[in-house]
Formats: sequence, structure tokens, C-alpha cells
Amino acid sequence: MSHATGTKYLKNGVLPHMWCSGCGIGVMLGALLRSFEELGYERDDTVVVTGIGCTGKADDYLITHALHTTHGRALAYATGIKAFNPRLHVVVLMGDGDSVTIGGNHFLHAARRNMDLTAIIINNFNFGMTGGQFSGTTPGGMFSQTCVYGNPERGIDICALAEVAGANYVARATPYHVWEMKTNIKEALGKKGFSVVEVYSPCPTNFGRHNNMKSTPDMLHWLRDKGLSVEEYNRRKTAEKEGYFAVGKLVDRDEPDFNERYDQIRTIARKSQGRC
Amino acid sequence: MARQVRLMQGNQAIAEGAFYAGARFYAGYPITPSSEIAEECSKRMPELGGMYMQMEDEIASMAAIIGASLAGAKSFTATSGPGFSLMQENLGLAVMGEVPCVVINVQRSGPSTGLATKPAQSDVMQLRWGRHGDQSVIALCPATVSECFSLTVTAFNFAEKYRLPVIFAPDEVVAHLRENVTVPGPGDLEVIERKKPAGVPERYQPFAADADGVAPLAAFGDKYVFHISSSMHGADGYSNNSPANATWRVAQLHRKIEMHRDEIVLTNTFETEDAEILLIAFGATTRSSRAAALELRKQGIRAGVLQLITLWPFADKEVEKLCQKVKTVVVTEMNYSGQVAGEVRKVLGSAADVRRVNSFNGQVITPQDILKVIGQSVNRITS
Repeated sequence: MSHATGTKYLKNGVLPHMWCSGCGIGVMLGALLRSFEELGYERDDTVVVTGIGCTGKADDYLITHALHTTHGRALAYATGIKAFNPRLHVVVLMGDGDSVTIGGNHFLHAARRNMDLTAIIINNFNFGMTGGQFSGTTPGGMFSQTCVYGNPERGIDICALAEVAGANYVARATPYHVWEMKTNIKEALGKKGFSVVEVYSPCPTNFGRHNNMKSTPDMLHWLRDKGLSVEEYNRRKTAEKEGYFAVGKLVDRDEPDFNERYDQIRTIARKSQGRC
Repeated sequence: MARQVRLMQGNQAIAEGAFYAGARFYAGYPITPSSEIAEECSKRMPELGGMYMQMEDEIASMAAIIGASLAGAKSFTATSGPGFSLMQENLGLAVMGEVPCVVINVQRSGPSTGLATKPAQSDVMQLRWGRHGDQSVIALCPATVSECFSLTVTAFNFAEKYRLPVIFAPDEVVAHLRENVTVPGPGDLEVIERKKPAGVPERYQPFAADADGVAPLAAFGDKYVFHISSSMHGADGYSNNSPANATWRVAQLHRKIEMHRDEIVLTNTFETEDAEILLIAFGATTRSSRAAALELRKQGIRAGVLQLITLWPFADKEVEKLCQKVKTVVVTEMNYSGQVAGEVRKVLGSAADVRRVNSFNGQVITPQDILKVIGQSVNRITS
């Protein structure tokens, strides 16, 4: 039995990639490209939209259609692409800075509109590209280059935010649970409406070193030991959840997406032409 | 077929001009005094099979029209000063990625949220420089409701032809003015479509310019697969940080406008042949300047008007040529600092007699305001 490698979407001669050893972005990208292949995506019907930061460099390795955008705005660009051409597979790769810090408003509204986009979010709990400052997901009390005495702010839960804002599909994955990650990414790609896969990603270089996880194995052990299946996580009482997180599919629903609703608007508009 | 004459508002004529030009995607965030454009688009776009999107802010609006343009749409947005400030980040991407689109900035009084419903012409420099990095754009400004229609078509044509964002910047007076417009029939006005790639798809390079300085642009979904990037990139669209590449890219963004400068710079002149006083104006002040010039002619003073239709690139050659014979130049504009007067001074030098008529209180400059400035020294001018 042959396995999908995803290499048909990779640009020749660009490997090895630029991400630090131990980073989860490459693992996510591998899972994404294998998912493309298994779903039969073509280079010319797929658009990858990226923002700024470590994850934003991902398009450099791809030979699909791609748009590399400004910091935090990737979802808004993707919205325009998908709205005008619903036949395209539009995938948005962002970090925690792009998605819920500088770009938080766009995230809320892409979910509210239920745009048929797949957002894959690498959450490494810090701004890696600029040297490891705290972001909107850095947990309270943890350390970074700009909170050396501890983070006075609280981190936001990306999956919970996606759920209340109206996403059709939400899952959390980690590079430790790589097989499950690919399953979630494939489900997200196949789902109509806004889908989110948050990937907790090790960042030993900039996050781990400030928080007693200096090595890649330290960070992977954290993901292994603290990541619980959704069933196990939900079984626990609130106090027992402290410090743990759910891994797997969290939301799966089938609300109509924006393009479907807008097609209905077009039908109504054409019927009442000139009378509104 | 009899030509159709309709009473239209400036903003409505802008929307109609956009539909005429083939715009089928609008994304925006409502703001006075541009909201009628959004309202018109929300009604008409779905009828035309196009799309109206109301985004969460102007940042997203600008991003969405760029995304739609890259998916093959003629797209546009409309806003006013504060919203235009928010659009600048992604307007920069449209410049860098050479993405055709049109941005309407109905100019209102500032600074900040200022006199939100009142007119101004104080965004002249924001139009030109309001983005980081060294870049160049095209900005147009209408003085009549008819021009709101026809110049919107021109704005789309420039955007498509030269692969760049074009800013269309009426002041609030013209945007809210109602006048009769002779609506052009199909084919009356030229409508230009962007150049598409041909040849072997694998060899397509989205930034490899032809001899005209512009590279063909495919659409996402075409067999011509391509990358567009906000970051420095090579002809193939992929990241390229070499100094040689940056030199070529940045110069190229300027050069394609410079190459076609004479086609892009549009002006109107009114009785300038024998003028000893030249009034330079744009937008609503063109109207008061023309009235003032007529009055001066009645008094035996030979006055003429130069209307700047294209604000950027600046009409330096036209100003220089017209001013060879005039004694005095009067620049009328609704801002304090003389944003256009400064450009005129740059062209004519410090020795030239350049006067200014400015208003910056949300009130229109009247012909009387202009006559007052000229009248105070009329004897000196004509002696």
C-alpha cells in the first residue's frame, strides 16, 4: 500500500526548511500536504494564504497558488478569494499572533460569517519570529522576553473562541499526536464552512527556554503528558482539568456557509430587481 | 437609442461607473460621507451576479478586495479619511503585489474624526504617501457628478492596465452633489481588462514585466499557478532578499507609472490660452474657481482655470507649461497647509507669484473667497 507523501506540492530545492529544530510547523505542513494528496487537491485549485511570522513562511515551500499577506490579515484576504471563487480550496496558515492577537477581529468575523475556509493555526504561545515576546495565547504567569517577571495577562483559548464565534469545525492537535493531526486536518479541509485546527506547537527556542522546557523532548513530553483525548478531558471535573488540554475534534456542525447564504440573496435580489 | 439622462448623486454615479467598468466585487465598512456607495452596491451587486461584503473594518475590506481581485474580480471599496488611514497597510500590499483594485476615498474634514460630515481636500498627501516604504500610486479626483461616473471607469482602466491600486478621491461636496448625468451606453466608454498570461503555464512568472512595464496577471484557479507576496520577491513571486532584486523590484513599481505618465496625468483647462491669472484647483474648488474666473473676465482680468483630474502623479509638466505666460498663480484647496500649492511651488520655484486660497473649517471655498484674495492685489497683478 502506498502512502501519500505530499511532495507533489513541495517546491524543488527549498529543503531543509528554515524552522528551528523541534518546531511543529514542518510537522503540520507535512500533515497538510499529505491531506491535500489524499483528498485529490490539485496545485491549480488550491490557494494557501499565509500571514506573518514563523508560520507565515510556509508558502515559500509550496507550488500551489499562494498569497503571502500582512500580519494578522490572512483571513480577510482569504475571505475575498473564497467569496469570489467558491470552487477554490482556500487554506489559511497562521500563528497565534496572526490569528488571535493582531488578527483577532478577523478571526471572529470569519467564523461568524462561516466562510468556507480552513484555518490551521500554529500556536506556540509566543511571537517566535521577533525573538520570543508574549502573545495573546501566552498563559498567565508564564515567561517570555517581554514578561520576564511572568505574564500579567491571560492567554485566550483559540478553540473556545472559534466555537462561540460560529465555526463549523474545531479541533486541537499537536505534533506529538501527528496521526490524529492529519485526521483532523483532513476533516477540516472536507468540511464546508469555517473550520479551525489549532496545533499546539513546541517552540524550544523561544518559549520553552523561558519556561523550563529547554529541549525539544521536554516540549514533546509536555504535549504528551498534558494533552488528553477530548473524552478524557470532558470526563474530568474542572479542578482536574487545570494544566491539561483536550486533543481532538471539539466542534462538528453543518451550518450553511457564507457563499451558500449569499447565493440565496442573489436569487431574492434577481426576483425583486429594481423594487428594493 | 436616445441617450439616457439621469439625476444622480456623486456617490451613486461612482457606484454606477464601477458597475459599467465591470466591477463585480465590493467589500467595505460604512463611513460617512461614502456610505451611499456601499448601499448602492448592496442592492445592485447581487442583481448583477456580483457580491457585496460588509467587512469587520477597513483593514479587512482592503484585504478582501485584493483577495477577490487575485481570484479574477474587478473589485473596489469605498471609505473616507479615517477608514482610508486603516486601509493603508493593505494598500501597500496591492502596490507590492501589483494587484489591480480601486479605492474610493471620499474626503472629509479632519484631523482624526474631525468634522465627520463636512468636506475637505486635506488627504492629498495621504493619497500619495500614506503607506510605508517608497512607492507610487495613481490618484484621481472628480469635480462633477458626470466625472464621478466616467473617471471611476478610468480608475478601473488604469488599475487593470497598470496592475496597481488606483485611489479615487472626490471631496464630500462632489460625492453628495446631485446633477444630471448623461449615462454612457455600452461601448461609449472604453473598458480595459487586465492582461492575462499565455504560453506554457509552468513558465509563468507573475512579476516578469513585458516591454510596457506590466506583467500579465493570472487568477487563482487558473492553470497558471502563481504566488503573490507582500514581502520582497523575485519575478517568480517567491521570497528574494538580494539587494539586486530589491533594486529591480522597487524601481519597477515606480517605473511602470513613469513610463505611462503622459497617459495617466489628466487635466482640464478653462480659458487658459491668454490667461494672466491661473487658478489651479481640483474637485469642488474647480467649480468655485471657474465661477471666480468668469467674474474676473467680466471685470476685464484675463483669468483661466487648470483643473487637476489626476492628483498623483502630479501634473508638473502641465503646470510648468501653462505658467510660462501667467503672472500670478492662485491655488484653491480645502486644507490649511496648501498640499497642492506646495507641489506647484516645487514646479515653479520660489520666485513665482503663487498665492493660496484655503479653507479648513468644513466650509466650501466660494468664488467670493477667491475674488477676495485676488482683489486685494488685483491692481498689482494687472499693472
